[in-house]
Amino acid sequence: MLQALEGSQAVAQAVALCRPQVIAAYPITPQTHIVENISKLVANGKLKCEFISVESEFSAASVVLGAAVAGSRAYTATASQGILLMAEVLYNIAGLRVPLVMTCANRAISSPLSIWNDQQDSMAVRDAGWIQLYCADNQEAVDTTIQAYKIAERTELPVMVCMDGFTLTHTLESINIPNQEQVDNFLPEYKFSRTLDPQNPISIGTLVSPDFYSEARHSHHIAILNAEAEIISANQDWEKITGRNSGGLLTIEGPTEAKVAILTIGSVYGTLRAAIEKFDLEQPIKLIKLRSFRPFPIDALKTVCKGLEHVIVLERAIGLGSGAIIGLEVLAALTELDHPPKVHKFAAGLGGRDIPLEILPRLLATLNESSDGRFRIFDVELDKLPEEDR
Amino acid sequence: MIEIRIHGRGGQGNVVAAYLLAMAAFEEGRYGQAFPNFGAERRGAPVIAFVRIDNENILRRNQILTPAFLIIQDQALLHVSGVTNGLLPNGKILVNSPQSSDELSQQLGKEVISIQASMLAKKILGRPVPNTTLLAAFFALTGMLSQESLRKVLQHKFKDAVLEKNLLLIQKAVELVPAGLWQQETDNVTSS
Amino acid sequence: MQISQLRDRQPRFRGLESGHRACLGCAEALAARLVTEAAGPDVMVANATGCLEIFTTPWPESAWRIPWIHSLFENSSAVAAGMEAALKVQGKSTKVLAFGGDGATFDIGFQSLSGMLERGQNVLYVCFDNEAYMNTGIQRSSSTPHAAITTTSPPGKERMGKRHLKKDIVSIIAAHHIPYAATTSVAYPSDIRKKVRRAMAIEGSTFLQIHCPCPLGWGHEGHKSIEVARLAVQTGLFPIIELERGGLAGAMPLRNVRPVVEYLREQQRFKHLFTDELRAKEELEHIQAIADHNIEIYGLHSDGNKDVFDSEGMDTVRRGGMRWA
Repeated sequence: MLQALEGSQAVAQAVALCRPQVIAAYPITPQTHIVENISKLVANGKLKCEFISVESEFSAASVVLGAAVAGSRAYTATASQGILLMAEVLYNIAGLRVPLVMTCANRAISSPLSIWNDQQDSMAVRDAGWIQLYCADNQEAVDTTIQAYKIAERTELPVMVCMDGFTLTHTLESINIPNQEQVDNFLPEYKFSRTLDPQNPISIGTLVSPDFYSEARHSHHIAILNAEAEIISANQDWEKITGRNSGGLLTIEGPTEAKVAILTIGSVYGTLRAAIEKFDLEQPIKLIKLRSFRPFPIDALKTVCKGLEHVIVLERAIGLGSGAIIGLEVLAALTELDHPPKVHKFAAGLGGRDIPLEILPRLLATLNESSDGRFRIFDVELDKLPEEDR
Repeated sequence: MIEIRIHGRGGQGNVVAAYLLAMAAFEEGRYGQAFPNFGAERRGAPVIAFVRIDNENILRRNQILTPAFLIIQDQALLHVSGVTNGLLPNGKILVNSPQSSDELSQQLGKEVISIQASMLAKKILGRPVPNTTLLAAFFALTGMLSQESLRKVLQHKFKDAVLEKNLLLIQKAVELVPAGLWQQETDNVTSS
Repeated sequence: MQISQLRDRQPRFRGLESGHRACLGCAEALAARLVTEAAGPDVMVANATGCLEIFTTPWPESAWRIPWIHSLFENSSAVAAGMEAALKVQGKSTKVLAFGGDGATFDIGFQSLSGMLERGQNVLYVCFDNEAYMNTGIQRSSSTPHAAITTTSPPGKERMGKRHLKKDIVSIIAAHHIPYAATTSVAYPSDIRKKVRRAMAIEGSTFLQIHCPCPLGWGHEGHKSIEVARLAVQTGLFPIIELERGGLAGAMPLRNVRPVVEYLREQQRFKHLFTDELRAKEELEHIQAIADHNIEIYGLHSDGNKDVFDSEGMDTVRRGGMRWA
């Protein structure tokens, strides 16, 4: 049913529809509204589950890990410093191949302290072995949360659903909330192949010698790569039920003759689409919405970028001391093409900096400059800095 | 698309006002988008909230830099730099203030309607929270959305005695402003 | 097969099998077996990183006959909390145990332990206290006793081993006012069994601290582990007590109080206290004062009475006896 809801409220309802049995969370802005709304559902008896208010994000992640191996579907959500505090557990959950779903309400990382949105937090744990899906709007956040459980439980890999803090979590808009029957038809009951059970005792989390560690890592890596198929089919199955498509691994739109594409991740996508409608552009452009960052869809990306001359990658995080994060991965993937497009690497909107519609013509203008494609923070205002820092 | 910017302080119901506005648009089958620009403090800090209303799905998520309307919940903010920035040439300001509309219009060189929203809220709700009063007055001035829609969204938000008081409050608030005064401008922005 | 039938497969169910890779005389291995024997098969365990985890599960082998998970060093309480919550929602009565060493309990996992106890979750937490980070090579923890030598508290011109006192963990646990908390020692097996059974029967958070000598870390022969553990109790350095809702509910009386030197001289980690130096004598007096203080505040003197459950009762005569206790 279409409703006017705050993003967090909508995600809370989506989580409840997945019938989690254990939820653990620790408050951190801008994730709080999600867990507050879930607490309300629990308090009103609309969601039957154990809601555990833990003493840290570290324990939040550990509690859901314990719950999942003991045979219950579980959920947690966090952001920013919370993700970093969880980092050790995140690696552990993934390495143990435990199916879990977590929302990351993307927020910048301290220091300097910022409570506002960018994606440095989820990017910091990009190699933890989780599937990472990024949402462009709140409808996608709702649909992706539900799909995430299916993907996680079929692949036995944890899934992080990343949604921009404030920009999505605190935005009220029209959102279609599926009904219980739709979700029940889509999502089977929770089953974990290695559930702890006194009738059939097993040991999980053993010590592995150098003789087998590489093999464990390899199989984990392959499992994430193979998850591409599950991400695609979960999206297709959900589309059959709801008529809504969240965009599989990635989507591309724009005129076929376009030689320039802008690749983005997360909520800036809508602003760029609005900008394309607004401005009278000299050249046609395509827009690529990267939904799956882990697995990184190399083949899908190569397919959609074939024949392009320029790909502008706009991301909301920075690899300090290196530069682009997504930009470099895109570049690496596209070098496999016979005539790879030039990849231009930008970050913008760090620490909550507004990304206005005008970013589009300004980004395109850089193509006319003799750009070397090197990374820079697009909206940095150098005059605010002392000479030596520019 | 109509873009509205609401200025207030934490605790004045800024974000709630923005959400109610967008929800009222939704009640009328239109698209509404509302989001805050928070400070990190809990109360007292200036808070800005943004509202977009359109007949089509709203894609953009950038902050509103050129609003058609400003709703100011705390008159002291009128004189804070940046608050009236970007207001469209024919843009209007609705403010919660004991000063007269004429006086403020002259001071700012913009059309300002002033109502004593906190005082009315204090009288009826017992708490000087200006947001609902301002919204009702805004709806009456612009005719953009109906009082009925506002009543509906208040019914989602409140119950029993609190709801009754809020409904009474919006009824009284409407009487404070000339109905349809800003209708023309509203129609202009909608069609542009 | 039903859990109840599992019991019949062995005259005495043990959750931890032999054949693991613990050191000779490892008291922690013995204590863990005793705990699982008393707890029975209808349990699941969250085990912190440490010796117990390492020596029992070199992949692809495992010495555990009960469902067991190791996640990380500092989160066994939180993992156990999640398991407990899941079992509760599923309507199952399986008891969740959390195992950790003193490092995992006193230091790095202290926060998640405190959180779990504050929430009153139905978990029995067992701390196998061997008074240092043994698995990483004997570094001092906050459980290491005063003056003990570890690799990070060596003696020298300026130092006499660990400068600080052993953290009084059980008092901190008591401050959570959980239904039941107790200390026990590997030297008193029936005391361990009795306390595990008592904790198993309680719906809520319970805590057990088991004193486990480490021959490698403490510097004594493997066959002396039980004797050394018993002396820790008999000198008053490791009081055996029970707490209900944070209040002292019982203590093992000391029939013959031994001087602390009898305990200390058995161990290489205190060898620097047995010299002619003045500071060595001072440290010995200090440690004796700590023991005297324990005896005083917990009222450990038996006043000449004999009791089968005192420090020289049945357990010391028939080791491993009194299985019915």
